[in-house]
Amino acid sequence: MKVVIMGCGRVGAQLATLLDAEGHSVTILDTDAYSFRRLPPDFNGTALVGNGTNEEALKKASIEEADAFLSLTQGDNRNVMAAQIAKHIFNVPKVISRIYDPLRRDMYETLGIEALSPTTIFAQMLKEKLES
Amino acid sequence: MYIIIVGGGEIGYHLSQALLDEGHEILVVEKKAEECEFICSQLGSICVRGDGCEVSTLVEIGTGRADMLIAVTGDDEDNLVACQVAKHKFNVPRTIARIKNPKNEAIFKKLGIDVTVSSTNIILENIEEKVPTHPLTHLLDISDKGLEIVEVKIPPDSTTIGKPIKELPLPPGSVLSLIIRKDEKPHTPTAKTILQAGDQIIAVIPPESEVALRTALRGA
Repeated sequence: MKVVIMGCGRVGAQLATLLDAEGHSVTILDTDAYSFRRLPPDFNGTALVGNGTNEEALKKASIEEADAFLSLTQGDNRNVMAAQIAKHIFNVPKVISRIYDPLRRDMYETLGIEALSPTTIFAQMLKEKLES
Repeated sequence: MYIIIVGGGEIGYHLSQALLDEGHEILVVEKKAEECEFICSQLGSICVRGDGCEVSTLVEIGTGRADMLIAVTGDDEDNLVACQVAKHKFNVPRTIARIKNPKNEAIFKKLGIDVTVSSTNIILENIEEKVPTHPLTHLLDISDKGLEIVEVKIPPDSTTIGKPIKELPLPPGSVLSLIIRKDEKPHTPTAKTILQAGDQIIAVIPPESEVALRTALRGA
C-alpha cells in the first residue's frame, strides 16, 4: 500500500515506522525538517519537507498514486483542509484525519471525512481504566 | 443583517467598522484578548473572545441566525474551516473567506465556500497597476460568467499604433468596451478607431485570452 502521512510528530513518525516495517511504501511530510529526527535510521520511506495543505507539495509526495492519506499535524484546521484536498481533489481512496475538537470531528464525519478525536478516545480510555 | 466576522486583526476591525456604519448587526470573534479589547474600546462591545472555528463558540454567538459569516484571519485553513462549520453546521446562507495563497482559491470554491477574496492577488494587482510599463491590469472578475474586465495601455513603441481596430487579431469572445485617450471623452471604440500611443483600453474578455489580447493590442 502507498501511504502519505502529513505531520512527522510522535504519532506520525511512529505510524510511518510501523507501516514501513511492514513493507508499505510511506511518504511523510512535515514543514520542519527537524521533525524527521523521530524516524528510525533504517527508515526506507521518503521524508519530504513541505506543507500538506499545498497542492504542489502533495503532488511531490506522489499523492496521485497514494492508496491512503493521513493528516496528523497539531492543527485541526490544517488537518481537515489537507484531508479535503486529498479526498476531493486527488481522490485518494482512504483519508483519515486527526481532529482534537470533538464537535468539529462530528461535523467533518458528516461531511465524509473520516476523523478520529484523540480527546474523546483518550478521555474514554481513562474513564474505563478508572472504572475497572 | 446579522454578520459574523471571524478574525479581529486589521482587516476584521476595519471591515466591522464599515459594516456597522451601513447599519448591520456585527459580531467579531477573535482569539487574542488584546485585539478583542481594542475592538470593544473603539466600536463598542461587538467582539467576543474565542475560536471562530470551534462549534461551541459559534453556538454561543447565535450563528444559527446569522445571515453571513466572513472569515478574515491570517490563516487560510482557519478561514476555510470557519466558513465550512458555519455553512454545514449552522446553515449560514453566505460565507466569505479571505485567502492568502492565491492557489487556494480553486480549492475553496470546490469545497463549497461561496466567495473567496485573495488579499495577495488584490495587493499584487494594485502594485502592478502602479508600474507604468505594466501591459495589462485586472480591474474586475465576473467569475460567475467566466469573464473579466481588464485594462491595456498602449505604449509609444507598440507596433499597432496607427492601425484601425478591425485589423487587429483580437481573441474570440473579447469586447473592447471603452477607450480612454488624452484630451478626449472616453468612448466606445469602433472597427475604424485608430490606435494611438497612450491609449487606455478597457476590455471584457475570458480570462484565458489575456495574453492574446495583449499581443493583439500592443503587437508582438
